[in-house]
Amino acid sequence: MKLQVERDPLAEAVAWTARALPARPTAPVLAGMRLQAGSELTLSTFDYEVSAQSTIPVQADEPGTVLVSGRLLAEIVRSLPARPVDLTTDGTRTTVKCGSATFTLMLLPTEEYPTLPGMPETTGTIGADTFASAISQVAIAAGRDDTLPALTGIRMEINEDTLTLVATDRYRLAVRELRWTPVAPGLNTAVLVPARVLSDTARALTSGAEVAVALATGEGGMGEGIIGFEGSGRRTTTRLLSGEYPRYQTLLPSEFSSVAELPAAPFADAVKRVALVAERNTPVRLTFASSEVLLEAGAGDEAQASEAIQASYDGDEMQIAFNPQYLLDGIGAVDSDTVRISFTTPTRPAVITGKGEAHPDYRYVIMPIRSAG
Amino acid sequence: MSRKQQLHRPGAPEGPPGDDTGCPILHVDMDAFFVSVELLDRPELRGKPVIVGHPGARGVVAAASYEVRAFGVYSAMPISRARRLCPRAVIIPPAHEKYARVSAAVMEIFRSVTPLVEPLAMDEAFLDVSGAIRRLGRPAEIARQIREQVAGQQGITCSVGVASTKFIAKLASTRSKPDGLLVVPADGVAAFLRPLPMAALWGVGERTEQHLARLGLRTVGDLADTPLPALQRELGNAAGAHLYELSWGRDPRPVVASTPDKSVGAEETFPYDISDPEVIRRELLRLAEKVGARLRAGGNSGRTISVKLRMADFKTFTRARTLPEPTDLARVIYATACELYEGSGLERVQLRLVGVRVENLAPVGQTSRQLALDEQESGWHEAERAMDQVVRRFGRGAVRPAALVGESAPREHDEREDRQEGGERR
Repeated sequence: MKLQVERDPLAEAVAWTARALPARPTAPVLAGMRLQAGSELTLSTFDYEVSAQSTIPVQADEPGTVLVSGRLLAEIVRSLPARPVDLTTDGTRTTVKCGSATFTLMLLPTEEYPTLPGMPETTGTIGADTFASAISQVAIAAGRDDTLPALTGIRMEINEDTLTLVATDRYRLAVRELRWTPVAPGLNTAVLVPARVLSDTARALTSGAEVAVALATGEGGMGEGIIGFEGSGRRTTTRLLSGEYPRYQTLLPSEFSSVAELPAAPFADAVKRVALVAERNTPVRLTFASSEVLLEAGAGDEAQASEAIQASYDGDEMQIAFNPQYLLDGIGAVDSDTVRISFTTPTRPAVITGKGEAHPDYRYVIMPIRSAG
Repeated sequence: MSRKQQLHRPGAPEGPPGDDTGCPILHVDMDAFFVSVELLDRPELRGKPVIVGHPGARGVVAAASYEVRAFGVYSAMPISRARRLCPRAVIIPPAHEKYARVSAAVMEIFRSVTPLVEPLAMDEAFLDVSGAIRRLGRPAEIARQIREQVAGQQGITCSVGVASTKFIAKLASTRSKPDGLLVVPADGVAAFLRPLPMAALWGVGERTEQHLARLGLRTVGDLADTPLPALQRELGNAAGAHLYELSWGRDPRPVVASTPDKSVGAEETFPYDISDPEVIRRELLRLAEKVGARLRAGGNSGRTISVKLRMADFKTFTRARTLPEPTDLARVIYATACELYEGSGLERVQLRLVGVRVENLAPVGQTSRQLALDEQESGWHEAERAMDQVVRRFGRGAVRPAALVGESAPREHDEREDRQEGGERR
């Protein structure tokens, strides 16, 4: 293999591809990044769960395929000066030359490297930025507890041109609906994608305008389900999660007796301040009255805090308590200057949405904390 | 307990109690508590050798009357051995609820004297009566009143040690048993301690005792006369210093009013080893029901659930899991216990004992609880509380999970329930 490539596109592609390197590889070759040079340069990583592949349009002087330590290559390329980079393979090693710096990397056995899963056929496309922000809105509510694996995923429901993203950890539930462009009409399906991988992927694909989503559900004995995402020369696949997902529609409250609207930024700031005195697993208490909301935390002989902020409120005076982090996640996720909180009683779920929308495309459902005493 | 038993010297020293100035600590210990309570119902057994304990193959002595102790029978001894030692002993199966009732009444008497009551078990407690002296009289007088009230109201006897520290008070009550009262004057502590055997000291077990005996140290006095550095060299810094302090009667621990439960657990030794996972799970359910009921009765909930599995060869495994939120529900405890059991790799292994415990306790009223989206507002909490009420009214076993209905009356066989309390225990 022999080729010359500009430092910046190489650095970006290597860094992006290195994201899928396993932290603790189960086999030594999995710590490697594969470089395939021909009419273009393709970089690949794979840990049997997630694969990443990026392509740089560069013509190789001599084609070839090598496997080198991915971590090391990423660190080297990141710190190179902004000059053309020469990659040459000679026998058992690859030389990286840039300006006056030379690095020599040992080769890993390419023949032992697993075959990357093929990218399924494209199912549909979606705007890259829209997709990334929608994923980040729901990913906050995904579970992190591996004892409930299904809840560590984001559910993607496809119904023709409507894509519904859902995540819940049993304490809150985030639902986002958005439009996308399916390749063929009549598609109705739902899959469960690991939330951590999906939010990484969505963020990493924002450099292009569109993301192509490719789905193989694995139904009908087609092997394990995988989902692929592709955009601007980069693609990544991940295994789908299996397992029963909660019937979230039944958890979405539909009727409310009380609705408050608050300015988002001052509300979030106040929650952060008041929460400083809230010990772990203790709530901030919100008392809703006609023109203001009183936030309080701490009780008894502990430190205490309170702050009132202006709000419009329609309902009986009521106190309802929340985990401050859950509340902040929701306020931050609605992506609106004004947040609306709708609820019925201090022990029933509350819903956070943006201002006054009749059919909000994003809903964040949060379960209260039942206060002591 | 067996070795400590030897410290009992029936026949308390008679005569006027010693000078109780500066001796506000009382240790009150019921005499042969379970037996005494049983004798209230069966007075014809008074003066006879009586054992409380399950008569089954693996039963142990829960309590022994003084008459049967003369045969060498002591608590925690296998029933089978006790039978050989004293074949004419009458064996009564324990009725813990009865003892709990009497215990609660006795603790109530203590608390009418001082709020500083530190129960060590059902049948013994430390009291700090400093604050009651002006109202009720000198410590020895208070001790006399307590003994009188316990005997008058509950019909059982107790022994009281009066001293300047917990350690000496406990020794004193032991020395005055049964039905006695002993004051160890503050300036007589050394004289009281010196002739005692080494085992009298808290923290001296068989090992340490042998170790010290090899060094020629047999009595507490021997120990007190040994230079501290020498002791620390032999026993380690902490243990050496601890025993040295005790040998001079110094014990800084205050009486702490009943510390809240740290954990609640129940375990069951099977009459024969069991490997059938179905049977084990059923047992876990029974224990979980029990632990849940006790948590609710105490107004507690806990976050950490553990199971204990003892194999036929006594190898014991404990597996624990901490939940995202505290629970007092048998249903949750059972589900977690089953997962821990299934994850232990001991399914189908012969088990001798299983236990379920809930730790990390906090009073229900004081914990705020993160509600979950999929929990039903009116559901298991209400169901289990309703069960508690039925049981209170109609007795144990009146209502049970369907999986346990086939069983005969709730077994008591050699089952241990315990609460671990905060603070130090002997």
